[in-house]
Amino acid sequence: MIIYGVAILSACLLAGVFVGDLLGNLIGVQANVGGVGFAMLLLIFITDYLRRRKAFCEISQMGIGFWSAMYIPIVVAMAAQQNVVAAVSGGPAAILAGVLTAAVCVALVPVIARVGGRSATAPETRSDTAPAIAPEKAC
Amino acid sequence: MTDLSELLIKNGLLFAFSFVGLTMWLCYWVSKRFTNGRIHGSAIAILAGLALAWVGGTLTGGSKGLADIPLFAGIGLMGGAMLRDFAIVATAFGVDFSEIRRAGLSGVVSLFAGVFVSFAVGALVAYGFGYTDPVSMTTIGAGAATYIVGPVTGTALGASSEVIALSVAAGLVKSVLVMIGTPFVARSIGLDNARTAMVFGGLMGTTSGVAGGLAATDPRLVPYGAMTATFYTGLGCLLGPSLIFFAIRAIAG
Repeated sequence: MIIYGVAILSACLLAGVFVGDLLGNLIGVQANVGGVGFAMLLLIFITDYLRRRKAFCEISQMGIGFWSAMYIPIVVAMAAQQNVVAAVSGGPAAILAGVLTAAVCVALVPVIARVGGRSATAPETRSDTAPAIAPEKAC
Repeated sequence: MTDLSELLIKNGLLFAFSFVGLTMWLCYWVSKRFTNGRIHGSAIAILAGLALAWVGGTLTGGSKGLADIPLFAGIGLMGGAMLRDFAIVATAFGVDFSEIRRAGLSGVVSLFAGVFVSFAVGALVAYGFGYTDPVSMTTIGAGAATYIVGPVTGTALGASSEVIALSVAAGLVKSVLVMIGTPFVARSIGLDNARTAMVFGGLMGTTSGVAGGLAATDPRLVPYGAMTATFYTGLGCLLGPSLIFFAIRAIAG
């Protein structure tokens, strides 16, 4: 049943956010620490376990696949409710701080990507990453 | 006419689905027709979303972009934190866990590097604009991390509301820039595999920026970037008012 997939996904997110809040409280910060990350790991382990036990039928998986495919439209809706006006009117100090930080961090990406990597190997190719669900083609 | 808008307001989420669907269709058409697919449709759609947010913010003076217009309140639900996180977690379905383990170390390094570099650059810019006290420098640096770390750190340190507003703006600029810019720099920073995506998420940290930027680059990378980005805000809130504040006070105070 398709609701099984949706239910597993919801339960994973709830559990992850709960752990993230707990961790935030524990170390005394007013923020959720890694809730979504824990939820993702939980989902990976649970679905892997169910698939290996052949207890996770195709239709149940679609309950997760649907929400995965809804990701980009949801991000577009997210973009449409950002406080863009405040970002633009933040004045030169805010704009420079934001732009410079983003630029420096981007420049560091290839440097840090080498940390802990297998030395002198070709970078992993796209085919290494198993797509969760085939990304939507423009159709 | 009023009957129609009443209907659309009452069924806000459904209107949001159809409105976003129509926007996406238009943007994918523009991508194919005018850029030959070189600029991906999702990148154009995210840009359109930001433009609409600007229109909404200008019209209403609110802080939630298009969602502040009653007719588009459903956009607020569709793109709100709950459904956003729901969809992000769903993208993890089927990712390769061994990839995450292999890139684990660089992911952790990228988190710390991202937080420290953001604070340092933000604090330097603040200093350059005349905010030379350690509290203001740390708060604006925190904002350069993310627009959540900014107010959390500023409140903890007792910064002025003007400085806190500035820190939020800095974080918003970064987030919007990451959303728009990622597809354009992806090739030159090698952002085409799981490891780099995890490092990218850890360095940039802004969940909405990383989520939007990677979605516009290659949706398969989203779960890896989101995985590390989700720890960033917590780490920033932890280090900002403590270790980093002490460091900045020792240097500038």
